[in-house]
Amino acid sequence: MNKVAIIGVGHSRFGDRSDVNLSELSFEAIQPSLEASGLTAKDIPYIALGSMGVWSEEPLPAVVIAEYCGLTGAGLVRCEAACASGSAATFNAYCAIRSEQMDLALVVGAEKMKQIDAPTIMELIGRAGYYMWEFENFGMTFPAYYAVHAVQHMQKYGTTEEDLALVAVKNHKYGAMNPLAHLQHEITLQKALDSSVIAWPLKLYDCCPITDGTASLVLASEKKVKELGIEDPVWIEAIGVASDTANLSKRETYVGLDASVKAARRAYRTAGISAKDIDVATVHDCFTIAEIMAYEDLGFCEKGHGANMVREGETEVDGRIPVNVDGGLKAKGHPIGTTGVSMLVELTKQLLEDVKPKKRQVSLKNYVALAHNTGGTGHYGFVTILRR
Amino acid sequence: MDKPLSLKSARKLQIRYNLPIGRTSNFWKGLEDGKVYATKCQKCGRLHFPPVADCGSCGSSKLDWTVLSGDGELVTFTQVFIKPASFSDESNYIVAIAHLNEGVKALAWLTGIERENVKVGMKVKLVSKVFLDRRVSYEFIPV
Repeated sequence: MNKVAIIGVGHSRFGDRSDVNLSELSFEAIQPSLEASGLTAKDIPYIALGSMGVWSEEPLPAVVIAEYCGLTGAGLVRCEAACASGSAATFNAYCAIRSEQMDLALVVGAEKMKQIDAPTIMELIGRAGYYMWEFENFGMTFPAYYAVHAVQHMQKYGTTEEDLALVAVKNHKYGAMNPLAHLQHEITLQKALDSSVIAWPLKLYDCCPITDGTASLVLASEKKVKELGIEDPVWIEAIGVASDTANLSKRETYVGLDASVKAARRAYRTAGISAKDIDVATVHDCFTIAEIMAYEDLGFCEKGHGANMVREGETEVDGRIPVNVDGGLKAKGHPIGTTGVSMLVELTKQLLEDVKPKKRQVSLKNYVALAHNTGGTGHYGFVTILRR
Repeated sequence: MDKPLSLKSARKLQIRYNLPIGRTSNFWKGLEDGKVYATKCQKCGRLHFPPVADCGSCGSSKLDWTVLSGDGELVTFTQVFIKPASFSDESNYIVAIAHLNEGVKALAWLTGIERENVKVGMKVKLVSKVFLDRRVSYEFIPV
């Protein structure tokens, strides 16, 4: 089996990108990733694109983007795993190289969400659970799905609304340092606590924004890496995959996401590492409670101790395991299908010690990084481990 | 800064799905009669709520209809303030998940109580509901 390296990355500015269409926004990520790899579009034999779609007009975003970026003719697929579509696309391209079908592949995450009104977005995301049993009669929303987790976590472990707000304060701090982030401003704890209720107990600042954005990775086999004369790339060590029930009512508990636990366990085993070896991580903080549960589900701390990690600053840039020092979904933004790819762009830069500004560069010991990306409410789980 | 130029599409898309309920029609008829049904697998004994026509646990398609008592205990809940477009006329509704005495959990609205008085662990009952327009559903009420 081939080893798989990331040899070039690209990332658009996230935010309200009404200044461009989906193809133009994708070009902002794809072209720099090709240039960074010393390649042109003509060199790419295979493309996996992560996109959820529906909020923008093109039902076949992969073909439209490929044509616009000069990639027509390559093998092409669009992958859907809700908010983990970017990781699904990465896994697809990774498998193509690992199984020696391809020597090179392009991974693209592309999402434009700001082309329709917010209530319709709430409608479309809310339907993304088990439509028949949770939306048709009960109008569940994405914040509501995570709110029921927050309520049980608070009840069982004493996590507080202030703890949730601390996650937002931390991630906004790093979003303010990230020129590509959607929300580049710091917030105070009080501002987060005083913000309007979205789905009790989650408030505005517990929720990620609705964002446009794209990201891109060029993956290569070890042979191709040598051929291109690339020294010291970042390697994909493992991708753990898992899933959970569509009906939330069929889950055992609401204090964590089983798909995260299983995906992490599988990724750690494949990579031959444990949580202690991780130098830096990006976790799926679509809501603040999700980051606290992720600490626990990934084994960064014991179950129920997640809030303590943020209280003690253990996930700050100079902490025990820095988490989401790019702003996370919370402040960098969460263009649904792009997020998984965006996480790997950030971690590749971290591992190459190429983060700008330097104040959010993590100091590395083991040169191992972890990306945790879930789709829906832990319906899909992906954990990717990178090593340099 | 000027707002970037965009073209308002001339084509409007409206989607309304037909939801096939032929194989679980007893459930929907039961709601009209004031009962909440689950299905139980004849082969492995697994109780399913929401009801299913095929048992994912053992692969059998032979299931019996069984009425739920509806009695249960609240596991978790939320109150939705920012609503989906198609729920915009509703007041801020409470959604709860409760564990029923029969051993399955259900998700539904909890009505007849203010959020401030809702407590994890409180006793609730799952009951059928028929709206004025004859649409049927089910909801939790406090006991």
